[in-house]
Order: sequence, then structure tokens, then C-alpha cells
Amino acid sequence: MRNRIPIALLTASLSLSGFLIGCGGSSSSPPPPPPPPPGNNVQAVAVNGGPVPGQIYPDGAFTSVTVCVPNTSTCQTVDGILVDTGSVGLRLLASAIPGLTLPKMTGNGGVTFYNCVSFVDGSFMWGPVAQADVKMAGEVASGGSIHLVQDPTGFTVPTACSNGGVDEDNLNALGANGILGVGLEPLDCGPACDPSAGGTAPPVYFSCGASGNCQAAFVALAKQVNNPVVLFSTDNNGLILQMQPLSAPAATATGSLIFGIGTQSNNQVGSAKIFTLDNFDNFTTKFNSQTLTGSFIDSGSNGFFFSDAAIAQCAGNSIAPGFFCPASPQNLSAQNIGVNSAQSTVNFSVGNAVTMFQSNPGDSAFPALGGSGFTGSFDWGLPFFYGRSVFVAIDGQTMPAGTAAPPWWAY
Amino acid sequence: MRQTALYSVHEIASSSGVMVREYASPAGTVFAVGWEGLFVPDLQQLLGAYFDQYQEGVKEQKASYVGRRPLNLQLPGLVVQMSGRMRALRGRAYVPGQIPVRVKLEELR
Repeated sequence: MRNRIPIALLTASLSLSGFLIGCGGSSSSPPPPPPPPPGNNVQAVAVNGGPVPGQIYPDGAFTSVTVCVPNTSTCQTVDGILVDTGSVGLRLLASAIPGLTLPKMTGNGGVTFYNCVSFVDGSFMWGPVAQADVKMAGEVASGGSIHLVQDPTGFTVPTACSNGGVDEDNLNALGANGILGVGLEPLDCGPACDPSAGGTAPPVYFSCGASGNCQAAFVALAKQVNNPVVLFSTDNNGLILQMQPLSAPAATATGSLIFGIGTQSNNQVGSAKIFTLDNFDNFTTKFNSQTLTGSFIDSGSNGFFFSDAAIAQCAGNSIAPGFFCPASPQNLSAQNIGVNSAQSTVNFSVGNAVTMFQSNPGDSAFPALGGSGFTGSFDWGLPFFYGRSVFVAIDGQTMPAGTAAPPWWAY
Repeated sequence: MRQTALYSVHEIASSSGVMVREYASPAGTVFAVGWEGLFVPDLQQLLGAYFDQYQEGVKEQKASYVGRRPLNLQLPGLVVQMSGRMRALRGRAYVPGQIPVRVKLEELR
């Protein structure tokens, strides 16, 4: 048996020991808006095509957030923010808050701390960590960190962040003014990026000087980019994302982000079924006799994404590359299974994306949008939310008596 | 390292939370790599000579649609796929023409 394998695909240029993960609105000063009524924990969400003029973002759920210079009433409200249960933290295009100067996180020697996030479509976002108060509905997240997305001036994004991907540093590339990550974790990196982890810092936080020289860096938990929900004074243990029922394409679809789980009359678990998760926050989906152990619910994916060689894909040069284009709508069924053995059957449909787009010009809400995914996982994207209330129970938070320890999904 | 009659698998765990698997033919050619963990590994290192093709391909594909989805990049002589979410990423890359016969794609992860 050989004891040495080249690390690079089909090349022998690098040794194993060399492998270390190196990648690793408008300004509103006075008058302030009237405060929402106490207890308001409902934030409106809409599938509305998104904020890019002349472009439709299909099956993207958008909302608005108000960001403020910490402990001041100097705020700006930004709409066109994608609601994403698949990531954690508020990431805002700096260009969307031109009138607001947020304090950046800095360190010894004049360094600034930057954040890098890689998405599974091969895109990345880069920019400084900033302090901001974040307001949604009647809730305020004070003293947290957000990711301000902008290219550095005076140097380029380090390759350990870009990693060959596409820079989503502007409205047209991102298709949104920002991403509201309200997933299952309280922090975007967590213990792996805390100094106590030791070893090599992951390619998430970087310390950079004025002319670059960026180095991957550890950042204490309390300073990491956080899920805004966990810093609310109440309703901070999770959330519900619910979308209206939808059986056919529509111009728009409406929904709500309801903050808290079991904290108010409008966010009780009730008869929803709880699915506990593995160490990677995944559950299992059984589909077509495949057991997909890396499955998840992700409002930031704009379709059902899974592997099924029997369903035709849209042509690469069509208006819907990567989506499915079956000759007739496919009525499908899958079972979701939690680590706690909770099970439910999900019936869903996948239609012909090219036909749906062509037959419904101007529409942005498509309940039967699907596309080819990666073997081993079922990605329950935004269409899964139509007609459902999906609970996101955040890891480490206190849940209602009688429910499982988080993280979990329920619906 | 695990070995089957068709290929050997070498697993490398990094200190920062990513597991990488290399699939090599009996002749020693690496025909696929897979990864899973908290982050995407250094793709330039992992893909080697294929990195430029990946970089161009992902740029072109990302420009061809509006939305967010798992990566399924099918290029001439190179397939790269990714799925998951922040902190729970997985992916693989393989060279279709180099995969030993009788090896199923599902085995490469």
C-alpha cells in the first residue's frame, strides 16, 4: 500500500504534510419612527423578486432591517434583505448604508478584523466586522457584530478567502442588499474561531493592516458575527419562518418571521413535530430509496435541491440553468427523519422551470421550483416554507419546557 | 487509508475542522477528492492544475442565474459539487474520464 498520495487532484506537487486548511435606504436621523407596540415579534417577509431593478429573484424571501450606530438613534432601514435559515449573522452591503458610519472591530497594532463567508454556490462575501444595533419588528439586538460587505481599499481580498469563488460585494452580484442569517447557531463560527481552539485559525476571520498582510485570526466568541435573534432581550431562543400557502406561481407571496419559541401566544410549538439534529445540524431525508444523512431546511436556497437522475435538467443555455425541466410536473414524496426518530412525509412537486418562468412573466413565487443537488443531501429550500410554519430552535438557547434541547427544526 | 480493489482512500483531517478524502487509482492517480466540515478547504491546493478551470467555470455559472443553490459544476473533464450550509459544508471534485470502471459516483464523497 502506498503511504503517500498527492494531495492535489491528478498532480503530485504537494505533500500531505503541507495540507493545512489555508483557505480556508435612506438615512433617518430625527424624527425617529414611533416605537412598535410592546411584544411585537412579527416581521413581515415577502417573496417579491428582490431589490435589483429589472431582475427577478425567484423564490427569495426578503425583509427589511434597521441598523443603528450602537446606543444611538442614528439608524438606517434597509430593505431587500434575504432571509436565510442556512446561515448565521447579518451581512449587509456597505453600499446599502451609505449614510451610516458603523464602528469597525479593530485590534492591537492598528489591524482591522474582517469576516469571510463561503457559500456552497462558489460565492463568497468579504468585509469588516462592525458593531451595530439591529432592529426588527419590536425587537432590538444590542451590542452585536455584523458583517459589512465591501472590498478592501488598498489591497485585494486574500486568496484564503476568495478560494477561487465569486465576490458578491455588490447588489447585482448578490441579488440582495444583504443576508439575514437566522439559522440554528448563535454565532457564524463559534468555538472553532475562538482563541481557545488553538492550532490554525480557520479562514473565517482575518486581521488586516492598512495595506493588507491579512492573516487568519481567532476572534473571541463575544465579538463574532452573531445571529441577531440571540441578542434580543426577549423572544431570543429561536424563530418561526412561515409563508402563505401557494399552489401555483404567483407574482408575490407573503409571510412572517415570528421571533421566539414558546415565548408568546403566537409562537407556541403546539402540534409541530420536532426534528433534532446531528453534530452538523443535519437530519436525514429518505428519497427514492436513498438515505440522505446530510439534509437540511434552508430558506436561502431558492428551490428544492436534490439528486435525481430521472428528472430532466434544464438546458445550460436556457433561462433556468441548474433547475429541473421535466416534461410534466413530478409529484414526489420524501420522509424527513430526526436524530430523535421523529418522522414526517413531505409531498412536493417539481415542475418545468423554463415553462414556469416563461408562462408567468413577472412572477417571483414558484412552489414547484427544484434543481439538481449533491448526492448525500436534500436541500429543502424556500418552496418548502409555502404553507408551513418552520421553527428554528437555536443551539444553546433555552427552549420551552417539554421540548428537546436545541438545535432543532420543527414544522 | 482504506483500500478497495478499485481504489484507495486517504483521509486527512485538518486542525481547523475539515476532513478531506483523496481517491487514488491503483496506479496512484488521484481521480477524485471529497471534503466535509466547517469550511471549504483550500481549493487551489486541492484541485491543483484544475483550479483555474474551476475558477472560470464557477464565475460563468454564477452569472447565468439569479438565486442561491448548491454548486453543480459540470465542466469538460472536471465536475465540482458542493452542498450544505455555513459550518456544515461538503463537496467533491472528480475527473470523469479517470474514474476506474465499476466505481459508482455515490462512493465518492
